[in-house]
Amino acid sequence: MSIRLITALTAMFPIAAQAQSQFNLTQGVTEISQRVYDLHMTIFYICCVIGVIVFGAMFWSMIRHRKSNGRKPATFHESVKVEILWTIIPFLILIGMAIPATSTLIAMEDSSESDVTVLVTGSQWKWHYKYFDSNVEYFSLLATQRDQIENKLEKGENYLLEVDRPLVIPTDRKVRFLITSDDVIHSWWVPDFAVKKDANPGFINEAWTKVDQPGIYRGQCAELCGKDHGFMPVVVIAKEPAEYDKWLAAQEEIQRKAKEEEQRLLAMSMDMTELMDLGEQVYLGSCAACHQANGEGIPGVFPALKGSPMALNDMEGHIDIVVNGKSGTSMQAFGNQLSLRELAAVITYERNAWGNDTGETVQASDVNAYMNE
Amino acid sequence: MSTVVGEMDQHDDHHHHAPSGVTRWLFTTNHKDIGSMYLWFSFIMFLVGGSMAMVIRAELFQPGLQLVDPHFFNQMTTVHGLIMVFGAVMPAFTGLANWMIPMMIGAPDMALPRMNNWSFWILPFAFAILLASLFMEGGGPAFGWTFYAPLSTTYSSDSTALFVFSVHIMGISSIMGAINVIVTIMNMRAPGMTYMKMPLFVWSWFITAFLLIAVMPVLAGAVTMVLTDKYFGTSFFDAAGGGDPVMFQHIFWFFGHPEVYIMILPSFGIVSAIIPAFARKPLFGYASMVYATAAIAGLSFLVWAHHMFTTGMPVFAELFFMYCTMLISVPTGVKVFNWVATMWRGSITFETPMLFSLAFVILFTIGGFSGLMLAITPVDFQYHDTYFVVAHFHYVLVSGAIFSIMAAAYFWLPKWTGHMYDEGLAKLHFWASLISVNVLFFPMHFAGLAGMPRRIPDYSIQFADINQIVSIGGFAFGLSQLIFLWVVIKCVKGGEKAPAKPWEGAEGLEWTVPSPAPYHTFDTPPDTSKTPPEAQDHG
Repeated sequence: MSIRLITALTAMFPIAAQAQSQFNLTQGVTEISQRVYDLHMTIFYICCVIGVIVFGAMFWSMIRHRKSNGRKPATFHESVKVEILWTIIPFLILIGMAIPATSTLIAMEDSSESDVTVLVTGSQWKWHYKYFDSNVEYFSLLATQRDQIENKLEKGENYLLEVDRPLVIPTDRKVRFLITSDDVIHSWWVPDFAVKKDANPGFINEAWTKVDQPGIYRGQCAELCGKDHGFMPVVVIAKEPAEYDKWLAAQEEIQRKAKEEEQRLLAMSMDMTELMDLGEQVYLGSCAACHQANGEGIPGVFPALKGSPMALNDMEGHIDIVVNGKSGTSMQAFGNQLSLRELAAVITYERNAWGNDTGETVQASDVNAYMNE
Repeated sequence: MSTVVGEMDQHDDHHHHAPSGVTRWLFTTNHKDIGSMYLWFSFIMFLVGGSMAMVIRAELFQPGLQLVDPHFFNQMTTVHGLIMVFGAVMPAFTGLANWMIPMMIGAPDMALPRMNNWSFWILPFAFAILLASLFMEGGGPAFGWTFYAPLSTTYSSDSTALFVFSVHIMGISSIMGAINVIVTIMNMRAPGMTYMKMPLFVWSWFITAFLLIAVMPVLAGAVTMVLTDKYFGTSFFDAAGGGDPVMFQHIFWFFGHPEVYIMILPSFGIVSAIIPAFARKPLFGYASMVYATAAIAGLSFLVWAHHMFTTGMPVFAELFFMYCTMLISVPTGVKVFNWVATMWRGSITFETPMLFSLAFVILFTIGGFSGLMLAITPVDFQYHDTYFVVAHFHYVLVSGAIFSIMAAAYFWLPKWTGHMYDEGLAKLHFWASLISVNVLFFPMHFAGLAGMPRRIPDYSIQFADINQIVSIGGFAFGLSQLIFLWVVIKCVKGGEKAPAKPWEGAEGLEWTVPSPAPYHTFDTPPDTSKTPPEAQDHG
């Protein structure tokens, strides 16, 4: 329900907020991103001027000092004066560049006195956002349909840059991001904020932003993180502070209710068709990237589930690996990513799809019992 | 001189003629044979790595996944990088060193000829292992040529073991080659050739060899730690066991940054030989060229973390590495200014080696500009890991290093084969390469600035047009290199007879021996105090 709501809201925001040149760095929407852009253009123009002088001299000699013009070569090959000159002048230009660069850098690295803190956790291949000082946390996954990627459907406007649940932050407030990872190194990047910071497993990095205008800002994972590195976008919605507070309160309420609902549903069991339908949906969203839609995996990298002894015989092991993951491999712990119903459904699906046909169902209560053991 | 050479020829006929058949190449200790094998090997690897680039560009021709799956795409980017760095560029320079250094310093051969043979012959095995790993279950290495942990440890397939082994062999080969160069230069210079009279190609290789010896063991350490982390339960790069994945990057780039200079310093030497030859004017600022090369090499050990600004370093570390990186542009600028000053008021002609050298100076300088932009830490946060970086390092490596290798090949082909190459075809190769390389890499700057990350198999639709242009440039550049192959084969097989010194303005001992250079040259060292090489006017 809430997912659809957010997606609908996402669609309503004007696209103008993220308009940017197709050929240049974005100016972005923060004071810092503007300073970074100015720095970029300054250095670019300096390089252009040097280029015009150096290449100009080069082309001048190529045109004027050619043998076919009857030129006799000069014999000079040394001039200490000139050499000192063209060592010192570039050095002075560099100092001129270093001064604004240093002050911008120091401003960027000062994440003190923030108003809001969000813990950003990368994992293969999604982002997780957790708001400090409130009970809101959720995963953010690519929302582009598989069929668009496989060229079976026309690609949408935000192809590969859309997620099911974007990060929401307030405008005009200093938002601090604590960035880390659950598996390999990822890198959280939003060009419009000029924020790019690596998510290192076992370590926490800091970054911050203060957005001036409401809007939708899109970015991507920037560090090669395995097979679906190209498919883990970042989408951030900046809202006016009042709206943001409203949104956050609503999210807290929704997440609280969902937990209550989950407990209530424990008593009810689902039939095979329901489990398989939900299971397939969850499988395609969370498991198919590695184990493939046909359950055959990628030999030597991601194991097959089709015909695997665990999926056919070992139910407890199966629940364990889905809930807790397997350390030392890419298999994540889904216990905190999926609801009990979703876990039950996806395990049931894996035990009955692609000819696995065990006929066994797993219920939310079974998973709950396992987790509380 | 000519009588001495004549005697040498007869001498060869009686005792030292090249053995024939496959054993000639297997057992050879002759620097010219080994140089040729290095050069051919590197050209084959250039085509293999290039065809992987074609796969990459074909997949990126339009948005969506068409030809390959993302896992295979990652293997292609990884192995393309490894092959081009360790299989194409580095062996090409070693091949040039083998051929040219003994002839340039008046030595009969490399100082350690048997080790020379071995350092070449382990290379094909290293690359056979690397390429074979692509056919393993789970595929070849897919973690980028930089193999950042833990993607290359916990999360990699079992081909990692083969990758580690093959990198070890490449490293051993490079270290042996480097030792050979240093020992040769220090001990076998002809009488009268002091250090400050050596040709700049020899100087730049001398410095490069020290860089190699300093950093290849660091690479060996990095791959070994990856191996033990993956298979033997160590935790060098695993926070759960007290390690640090960012430490991997520090170790890797402590190797990696000097490594990029290993791939460009010999180019500086080549261009410093060719531009004076075709400008018919001595190189401007010989001494400052030597000092600038040494300064670049020294600074290369102090800048590695500029590849890692986004990993979350203390702000003072970021400032230190930014300043040091910016500083490198001073000696690099000196070199460019010196080349331009060499051309200034010269008497220039535009044979193919000169054309490639001029393109080198311009395009390498463009790569230098984007490098300077990347040095500025706050802006690097935006550029890092985008196509802007891809554009930058391809400008310095393809239109830099590889263009200089092409220039060198055309410059010395008459000496190697005894025939002039086909100037018309060579010019066609040059213009096709020059245009396509810019269509290929220039638009990448824009894609990167507009926000396209590197190493992705699919992209958002705003990048569709740029990628299509880039791919077309890529295919054209790839095809253009077949012209080069054609020119070389044609030149080896026949052609106009080359004189001992085919280039009017060329200087150096290699031009005092006949073309093709006899199997053995300088059995008796030449006296360079009477016929000094290109550095004659500097003292």
